[in-house]
Amino acid sequence: MLISSPHTRNPQPVNFVMRQVVLATIPGALVLSYFFGIGIILNLLTCTLVAIVSESVILKLRQRDWRQGLQDYSAVVTAILLGLALPPLAPWWIATLGTLFAIVFAKQLYGGLGYNPFNPAMAGYVLLLISFPLSMTTWLPPQSLMQHPLPLSDAIYLFFTGLDSHGNGLNYYLSNVDGFAMATPLDELKTGLGMGYRLPEIVKAPIFNGLANVGWQWVNLAFLLGGIYLLVRRVIQWHIPVAMIASMTLVAAVLYGFDSDQNIPPVVHLLSGATMLGAFFIATDPVSAATTVKGRLIFGAGIGLIVVIIRNYGGYPDAVAFAVLLLNMTAPLIDHYTRPAVYGTGEQA
Amino acid sequence: MSFQYRSEFDFHGGIHPPQHKQISNRTPLQPLPLPPRVIINLGQHAGQLAEPVVQVGQTVQRGEVIASAQGHLSANIHASISGVVSAIATQPIAHASGMGKPCIVIESDGQDRAIQLPAISEPLQQDRQTLLNRVLAAGIIGMGGAGFPSHVKLMPEVHHLIINAAECEPYITCDDALMQHYATDIISALLVGQYLTQASQLTIGIEDNKPEAIAALEQALQQRFGERENCPIRICVVPTKYPSGGEKQLIELITGKQVPSRQLPLSLGIIVHNVATLLAIYRAITMGEPVTERLMTITGNRALQPGNYWTRIGTPIDWILSQHCREQDPNQAVIVGGPMMGFRLPNHAVGTEKSTNCLIFPDQQELAQPTQSLPCIRCGVCAEACPASLLPQQLYWFARSENFSQAQEYNLFDCIECGACAYVCPSEIPLVHYYRFAKSEIKHQDAEKARAAEARKRHEFRELRLAREKAERAERHRKAAEARKQAAQQQGVTDEKKATIADAVARAKARKREQESK
Repeated sequence: MLISSPHTRNPQPVNFVMRQVVLATIPGALVLSYFFGIGIILNLLTCTLVAIVSESVILKLRQRDWRQGLQDYSAVVTAILLGLALPPLAPWWIATLGTLFAIVFAKQLYGGLGYNPFNPAMAGYVLLLISFPLSMTTWLPPQSLMQHPLPLSDAIYLFFTGLDSHGNGLNYYLSNVDGFAMATPLDELKTGLGMGYRLPEIVKAPIFNGLANVGWQWVNLAFLLGGIYLLVRRVIQWHIPVAMIASMTLVAAVLYGFDSDQNIPPVVHLLSGATMLGAFFIATDPVSAATTVKGRLIFGAGIGLIVVIIRNYGGYPDAVAFAVLLLNMTAPLIDHYTRPAVYGTGEQA
Repeated sequence: MSFQYRSEFDFHGGIHPPQHKQISNRTPLQPLPLPPRVIINLGQHAGQLAEPVVQVGQTVQRGEVIASAQGHLSANIHASISGVVSAIATQPIAHASGMGKPCIVIESDGQDRAIQLPAISEPLQQDRQTLLNRVLAAGIIGMGGAGFPSHVKLMPEVHHLIINAAECEPYITCDDALMQHYATDIISALLVGQYLTQASQLTIGIEDNKPEAIAALEQALQQRFGERENCPIRICVVPTKYPSGGEKQLIELITGKQVPSRQLPLSLGIIVHNVATLLAIYRAITMGEPVTERLMTITGNRALQPGNYWTRIGTPIDWILSQHCREQDPNQAVIVGGPMMGFRLPNHAVGTEKSTNCLIFPDQQELAQPTQSLPCIRCGVCAEACPASLLPQQLYWFARSENFSQAQEYNLFDCIECGACAYVCPSEIPLVHYYRFAKSEIKHQDAEKARAAEARKRHEFRELRLAREKAERAERHRKAAEARKQAAQQQGVTDEKKATIADAVARAKARKREQESK
């Protein structure tokens, strides 16, 4: 074993960092489950199980110490971030396939922890979104808006078989009083604007009650809370989340000021979809993010910009996954051009 | 209390490792007993090896020159005990690799007979060169660790003399102890230093975790100068943050300026001397003492009586261990220097050196155990901690993949190897080790390249010379042939055969001439 100075160390070990991330997702996961039911938990459990099994198998195939490989908790973090992003009661194989892709292809085939150029959870998510758009955009309405109550046993039936105990499919639970399928607020906006409605008309729908919307605002606030915990514990640094939120706010405000009939207001941007989960938990994945201070500000701001543009003008209701992957690609370039002035080379020299 | 001020500047990064200074700074200074033998490294300073001037079997006294400085950058070596020279040979030295260097071994006669140089009582009345010669004669080198010969460092004139008393490494307290016990001498030493360097500004940089030393210096200044207005010396109290005692970091803390990349502090008109070096210079001048001992910290949880000891240069570390360690464990770890930048001794049978400021005898829990490191997750905590504002995560990547040109592009050589990055690394990667590897590889490759370029130059020159000689020879032949032709025409020789014979004879003559001339 190599003995090299320093002979004293005081790190926050990798597995401590990863466990803190898992811990910080708990408020968000609980609020999600409160609004959307047991499906969230089923996704999280499935993803975690698949991640652990696939990580160990592939480590074994790569002739690495699989026990030690699991001890860093990075596979669990990937599984949880993906699980939190999946629609509740999407069939079980969605979670399984996404996690397999994330762990095996996006992470291990690039060399495992520390070597993946893309955020594995988001790579898995985008694979699913592009391959199975219907399943991936079928979100249950918040339980307070549901027309037909969904008992626990039926939820489990739906998850594993696609049908509840009475033979009803998921669509049965999606429909509102008028028999139309309900969706997430961002879906609603995208569909409404696509059909030629003006924004003030769309937001009259019951899902937009409250500050921004029903359910999702609390989910985002809960992830914000977890994110603040990570900042306080110095597990993540402020640059990426602050830059991302600031750029989203700024860009959304300018666009909204320009045309308030067509553009989503900033507060709806911030408190809908995966905004806070993305800002504090996904974009901050250090392996695939930019690593210099200035670079992280650019990285975060870039994600915020792309999220707003795709949500306002693109074909998809939400865009955190796309934005993160796009910026992952640019991270080496950003790092290259944002090197800090080394001691003795800057203005003070 | 007015001779001190708090530093108004900061440096990037830095860390706050546990201090562990109280282990060794509670006891009074004592001399370490006379060792039975000393092993003195002839290459313990930067520059050329000192050349032995004694023979095996010769009796020497303490303070006698046993090896003399060679060339511009080198230092004298003195016997540190009286006794008989028993060996002049390559021996293992106190180095991380356990490598050997030429050493002189002296067996003690137990008498400790000493000789000294004549004292210079009024140093400020002397010629500057006289004092520099004394510093050279006394074998003084930087005692903070670098081991740079002091007389060379004192030659150029500067405007700002900084005394490095930060002592930022955990565990080490010998400079702290020196300041507490020799404050008056240190102030006098500083005035000699001012005279030698012609500096107008004198600053002592010290971390705020040494209040007793600061108070002692304050008191000494008070006694000497009374009023702040009359005093050319200022004490700059810097925050306790590792590595504030790095030369470049201390300069930034005191002046707010950075030493330009790959240049010396001299380029800013600044020179930095360690406080122990300064005191050694002063004692060499005013008391005629060459460097035969230094104050050294012996500490760690396994140290029997931790404290600061006057230790003869070359004292065998295994001998110290046998007297000062709680447990006689053959695998006892010994750290030479501090825990951040020091090294673990692979072989204990080596002598201490002029720059050996600390020995740590740790117990098994005390210091970090080597662990299996994980992959880098690019978290950037190292970049936050780096006092040189480098990107350690990128340098690691380049060093690991042996992409040395990129490593240099990312200013590898501005790394001071302080270890702050490795201290905070969540993957526990021995980062400094990678940088040392890359640096030595680059130096090696550069040397190879320089050698290759030299060889190529020689080869090309030879080719050029051969071509020139060939051309000259051809020219000579052509001229000779023309001359022959002209002569033949003048003689009216028209016969082809005769002409050919004459030609051949002339050629043979020419060849003979050529051979004779060679």
